[in-house]
Amino acid sequence: MKYSKKVMQEFLYPKNMGEIKNPDGVGKIGNPICGDVMWIYIKVGKNKNKEEIIKDIKFKTFGCAAAIATSSMITQLAKGKKLKDAKKITRNDIFDSLKGLPSIKMHCSNLASDALKKAIEDYEKKKNEV
Amino acid sequence: MKQIYFDNAATTKIDERVLKEMLSYFNEKFGNASSVHEKGREAREAMEKARKIIAKSINAKKSEIYFTSGGTESNNWALKGLFFENYPEKNHIITTKVDHDCVLNTCKWLETQGAEVTYLDVDEEGFVNLEQLKNSITEKTIIVSVIHGNNEIGTIQDLEAIGKICREKNVLLHTDACQSFTKVPIDVKKQNLDLVTLNAHKIHGPKGVGAIYIREGIRITPFFHGGGHERKMRSGTENITGIVGFGKAVDVANKKDIEKMKILRDKLIDGILKIENVRLNGPMGNKRLCNNINVSFNNIEGEAIGGYLEQRGIMTSTGSACASHSLESSHVLKAIRLSPIQSNSSIRISISKFTTDEEVDYFLKTLPGIVKKLRRLSPLS
Ligand SMILES: Cc1ncc(COP(=O)(O)O)c(C=O)c1O
Ligand code: FES
Repeated sequence: MKYSKKVMQEFLYPKNMGEIKNPDGVGKIGNPICGDVMWIYIKVGKNKNKEEIIKDIKFKTFGCAAAIATSSMITQLAKGKKLKDAKKITRNDIFDSLKGLPSIKMHCSNLASDALKKAIEDYEKKKNEV
Repeated sequence: MKQIYFDNAATTKIDERVLKEMLSYFNEKFGNASSVHEKGREAREAMEKARKIIAKSINAKKSEIYFTSGGTESNNWALKGLFFENYPEKNHIITTKVDHDCVLNTCKWLETQGAEVTYLDVDEEGFVNLEQLKNSITEKTIIVSVIHGNNEIGTIQDLEAIGKICREKNVLLHTDACQSFTKVPIDVKKQNLDLVTLNAHKIHGPKGVGAIYIREGIRITPFFHGGGHERKMRSGTENITGIVGFGKAVDVANKKDIEKMKILRDKLIDGILKIENVRLNGPMGNKRLCNNINVSFNNIEGEAIGGYLEQRGIMTSTGSACASHSLESSHVLKAIRLSPIQSNSSIRISISKFTTDEEVDYFLKTLPGIVKKLRRLSPLS
């Protein structure tokens, strides 16, 4: 098993790691296959057209190199995007941005896209409650 | 960047003296040990010299040592050979939950051929439960197969006690001694061993060569059929270069290296345990292989630690599911009752006689920062 250069870079120098105080949404996902855990925090804001966007995003991950790299990658892909577009980020988008993942590590990228979706859903749920 | 190799349980660097001894058997002395001419005699003599060294090192007779392609073959042969020799009158095999995959997967396959297999439990340090062993032996039992030094957590089983039970109950005892060979005394008479698996590449010898000791008088089905090499028990033109290297590797192994490794091992263990929330897997002290360290770090993943260590030039290995081919966590760590998360957060550090004090210091200086960074990144801490 060998990771791409891009995966190694994101793993060793992850972006957007940590947590957001008072986040607007949190997505917590556990991986049933390997027992790993990923949390994504988001802060929502508005763009010039008054559309909701991901203003800030951070992650915490207990997982392998691929899990950390995919976390870092999805936060970069999502940051600044409209919520409705961020929801559409798939594991293939992550896969492509990372210049590939070993096939046995594909599920790690699921973890990232699911965690982001969950964070956005969490935000929307809270919004509808108030 | 300087490379530090801390994965000697996987394989070791060949000793220069071993390499030197082997070289002329590639070209000048290339003979086939079965040939009756000068070239053949030369090869045969070299092979018998190696056989003698290996036999002596475990207090066996020369005629009880058979060369094979390594630990995997020897373990396969021991189990399959005895099973097919005794089946269907007897069909029961006893092994442990912490044996190497090449024993466990052989047993799993033999189950499809009619074998009944008992997988013995171990305690938190990885030691076999002797009472359970006693109670598991039946009239149908052919063999008890127990790993001597554990490749993951370094536990050294009490072969003498196990041998005594097997002798009393009149069943055969096989041990996989790939990790313990030349590091822990093996005496086939004192320990009542009937079969012993050995290999060369864990002891600074070449890969692809090993041996099995089979006590005189034991009936076992040959594994390879062919031209009748190794007294008709293991056909195939002998790997003379490998065998010569194997013999030399045993010959140059010495006690001083063991003592040195023990000191460095304990220095590493003490240093690592200074970090908060770390646990050592396997026993401390003389019941642990002199070159093995296995630790779990709370809340961070083994493969991630290994990746950061490698960035600093340090090569280790992990028992974590995420790094393996199957994504299943280590069966050994599970057997000593680690949770899946604990076992995923473990790494194995295995040193050798070439490990230096400077390497150990560099490792101990590097590790805490990595642990800190990954813990900051972890949702669990
Ligand atoms: C305990 C144990 N048994 C068997 C083997 C397999 O030996 P080989 O690689 O020579 O087939 C190994 C190492 O790989 C081992 O550590
Ligand atoms: S998240 Fe565990 S294998 Fe990648």
